[in-house]
Amino acid sequence: MALLSKKDANLIKDPLADNNPITIQVLGICSALAITAELKASVVMAISVLFVLGVGNVVISLLRNIIPAKIRIIVQLVVVAALVIIVDQVLKAFAYDLSKTLSVFIGLIITNCIIMGRFEAFALGNGPWKSFLDGIGNALGYGVILVIVGFFRELLGSGTLFGMKVLGDPIAKTGLYSIGYENNGFMIIPPAALIVVGIIIWVQRSRNRALIEEA
Amino acid sequence: MLEHLELFFRSIFVDNMVFAVFLGMCSYLAVSKKVSTAVGLGAAVIFVLGVTVPLNWLLDQYLLQEGALVWLGPEYADYDLGFLSFILFIATIATMVQLVEIVVEKFSPSLYNSLGIFLPLIAVNCAILGGSLFMQAREIPNIGLALNYGISSGIGWFLAILAIAAIREKIRYSNVPAPLRGLGITFIITGLMGIGFQSFGGMLTGDNEPPEEAQTTTVETKEDKEIKKEIEDKEKAISYNEAINK
Repeated sequence: MALLSKKDANLIKDPLADNNPITIQVLGICSALAITAELKASVVMAISVLFVLGVGNVVISLLRNIIPAKIRIIVQLVVVAALVIIVDQVLKAFAYDLSKTLSVFIGLIITNCIIMGRFEAFALGNGPWKSFLDGIGNALGYGVILVIVGFFRELLGSGTLFGMKVLGDPIAKTGLYSIGYENNGFMIIPPAALIVVGIIIWVQRSRNRALIEEA
Repeated sequence: MLEHLELFFRSIFVDNMVFAVFLGMCSYLAVSKKVSTAVGLGAAVIFVLGVTVPLNWLLDQYLLQEGALVWLGPEYADYDLGFLSFILFIATIATMVQLVEIVVEKFSPSLYNSLGIFLPLIAVNCAILGGSLFMQAREIPNIGLALNYGISSGIGWFLAILAIAAIREKIRYSNVPAPLRGLGITFIITGLMGIGFQSFGGMLTGDNEPPEEAQTTTVETKEDKEIKKEIEDKEKAISYNEAINK
């Protein structure tokens, strides 16, 4: 018997592609776009969301029979806010520069629609183990898009990956730059993230035509 | 007066909530299919931002900042409750939204009917929490400016959602490639609008920079210094390499 039944495995697999939180469910876009100019920030953001969503889904799922329906939003917000404070304090302690780059966007995980969306749609109606898998799956789906966008923006915009100069040195004119390649400064500015995500959606929906929206 | 005017234009155009920092994108994308609903949500956002930002400013000033508790007595001067700001801000926002909903329902049923369904949505709109967090991060000096900041960033958000809703109503008649229809084209249009809004960046680079900007400029000069140092190092390395080659 496998570790995960087929149904459980689908909880993780679906959000990675055909039910991706960003490109299909349209959740959690706010933070996804603002911090993807560098790959490192994208990875840290993805890990933070993975932690908050995984743990938060379990907590809400355990509390689901105790929370009165009328005040559930406030309860959910308090749970997320407590988890986000943990992430924020850990980042401030161990990666201060990075927490400066991410600035308010760590705080904005609280209102990240993915988290509230999964709490409402899944954790309130399912057991802890399933909710955990659902949380991990959705956070991974979110992280995948973040890393793809961060990869292209850093590579094309600064010619680096994780701060390493992979395309050669633009000032010393080595590597690609020696044959006249230039960095595309356009990729660094915020709106470029939107266009990159738009193109990802385009590619995904061309490959899987069932996802195309009726206009 | 001048700083009020500057903050007003800066928050609407230069640091536009949607185009510069991508706040409130979720509702921006989800509720922008029709102009009339977009107007309702936009108005609610202006209103709630205008209420919560000054409130959270008071909380930040008299409760959360390092040494903010000094009004209780000198022995409280060392306390720094900054780590609690997320939970307090979101609690303020959630309660205010609930309160506003009750008050509006009681006194203006017609407004409630037009705003009604949007008000609960707003509690989890990143633009609202983002407004308070940016207010804290930029160290806005007084409550008048905080009120101004809340309302003007709300107006910026309102303009953005109004513009995209109008474009989306029109784009229904155009022949967009099938996989791009709906979400994809909306993303790309927003990106193009964002590039347009970038051009406002040059609008406010006059002489009278307020103190909040002085801080960012020093940060920039620090970065500039680092870049200059990097360039110098590289030039040194190049000349060294050339010397070796010779």
